[in-house]
Amino acid sequence: MITKIQVAYKNLLRKRVRSLLTLVGIALSSWVLVSLLGFNNGYKTALSKDIDNMGFQLMIMAKGCPYEAATMMLKGGTGLKYMKESIIGEVAKEPEVEKTTPILMAAAFDPNKGESGGVAVYFGVDPKTFSEMKPFFKFRKGAWFREENAYEAVMGYEAAELEQREVGDMILIPGKNVQFKVVGILERTGTQDDGTIFVPLKTAQKVFGKPDEITTLGIKVKKGVDSARLEERLYQLQDVQVVSMAQVKDTIMKLISTAKVMVLSIALIAILIAMVGVINTILTSVWERFQEIGILKTIGAMPWDIFKLIWIETLILCTTGGVLGVILALILARVTDVVIRSVLPYAPGGGLVLIDLELVLITLAGIMGIGLVSGIYPAWKAGRIRPLEAIRGEASR
Amino acid sequence: MSRNGMAIEANDLMKVYSRGSERIPAVNGVSLEIQKGDFISIIGPSGSGKTTLINLLGCLDNPTSGELRLGGRPIFGQGKRLSERELTQIRREIFGYIFQNFYLIPTLTVMENVILPLTFYLKPGTDEEAAKLLRLLGMDHRKDHLPGQISGGEMQRVAIARAMVNRPEILLADEPTGNLDTKRSGEIVEVLQGLNRNEGLTLIMVTHNQELARHANRMFEMKDGQIGQIT
Repeated sequence: MITKIQVAYKNLLRKRVRSLLTLVGIALSSWVLVSLLGFNNGYKTALSKDIDNMGFQLMIMAKGCPYEAATMMLKGGTGLKYMKESIIGEVAKEPEVEKTTPILMAAAFDPNKGESGGVAVYFGVDPKTFSEMKPFFKFRKGAWFREENAYEAVMGYEAAELEQREVGDMILIPGKNVQFKVVGILERTGTQDDGTIFVPLKTAQKVFGKPDEITTLGIKVKKGVDSARLEERLYQLQDVQVVSMAQVKDTIMKLISTAKVMVLSIALIAILIAMVGVINTILTSVWERFQEIGILKTIGAMPWDIFKLIWIETLILCTTGGVLGVILALILARVTDVVIRSVLPYAPGGGLVLIDLELVLITLAGIMGIGLVSGIYPAWKAGRIRPLEAIRGEASR
Repeated sequence: MSRNGMAIEANDLMKVYSRGSERIPAVNGVSLEIQKGDFISIIGPSGSGKTTLINLLGCLDNPTSGELRLGGRPIFGQGKRLSERELTQIRREIFGYIFQNFYLIPTLTVMENVILPLTFYLKPGTDEEAAKLLRLLGMDHRKDHLPGQISGGEMQRVAIARAMVNRPEILLADEPTGNLDTKRSGEIVEVLQGLNRNEGLTLIMVTHNQELARHANRMFEMKDGQIGQIT
């Protein structure tokens, strides 16, 4: 026995270039769709991870645009305003607060970083409270600095790679003429922490000339507590602003959603074009085989048999194209990541394009569904061919 | 003559085509009785209506009027007219067709072409038929070739095997040798004659070649849509 699938497959091989071009069209649209859905998936996950990995739910910063501040914090930027360290005591009094950790962010231009120099980001942190906030930090080598006045540093994974430092090496802060001894190197976290150099808070305040000042106070709220009330009370403090990480996440997702709608529209257009391509290819091939299809009816094929035969051809094209698109998306996920990262104003650390099995299955089901819909018209037309017309060569197209 | 022994009974069959206000009777009142196991040939000049007649007898087309019975079963007539679906159903149960242009599927091998009808309709006990037919028609050594790799005569043999694979009761051959040289034409008619004699197949052959037509038990001639028996 020869199955309808074999007959359909062999027919697609008849005009190889045409089938291949149609396949490429479907594969490209499938690739775009998987990548964009993967981006949708990945961006949210990466942003959540970035924000959750901060270890605190609220931040207090000196007054300014809260989102700019939060974004800069996430990006590891600087240029922020400073607040007095005394704020720690005031915040700690609040009953909802479980823990706080003060941070002084600083940046120094390093002419030796990269090809044309770059900004090295330093976080002055309190070794005790900061490490408590980030229990998920794992050390590749070494450990946290213990002394709060020590000239010691813990480097994020990428920072250590970039600077090519190992535990025991020294790092020089450019322009400050101060050397730190590397005492620990962190494992990769997939967040902005990877590019950061952590130093003791007191030392940072001294080196960067900001005694008793901090840029940020991270606040961990007690479990089951209504943080909205706490936020309200913290707003009463002078010259500070409160940034809720949940709010930041929402706002960034809202900003991104506009871009997402646009790119999804482009993907839909790409799919529509591929769909028209499929209809055209199959319809052309039906007309080319007008007589053959008519003859199939004289050898026992019912209209539904012909319909299925043509439908299977569309399905083979769409499924193969869909699978190729998925493979392409998986192979090029890293490239897509780089491209998307270059056009977005803010991108969290880690993989931006996250393609999982569910996404792959949904996309394939979608593409196959589109294939089935595209195949209906040509298959219906083919099913209606009358053998007599075919033998006479009278196509009523 | 017993009614059960009848393969085809046509009574006053008419097929009229309209071209504008003009009415052209392609088949004009043909009455014909063909017994099971008979071999008849129909000759006639181009446009005489022989292909139209064979299409009506083979349920490829509905007549304008008249009656048609297959194996004693009424198909057309007395207001009865079949849908395309019903025609297909009858075709696949009763008929095998071969045409001048063979119409093999170029992407399928000889064997695949022969077994293709079984994909759509499998009569019980026809599983081994394809291999048997290819042997019978001397084509088993070519079974893995594509149609483009074999000669015209061989292609027609494959088309015969394909038409025969579901063991039809009646084989309709419309100019089966129209694209073949004299030698190959003779061979094909001999093959058909063998199927008629040895397998008891009812055979209706349309041809313009009188010499080949003489292989049939009875020979008819069509002229201006009307039929007359010659031998």
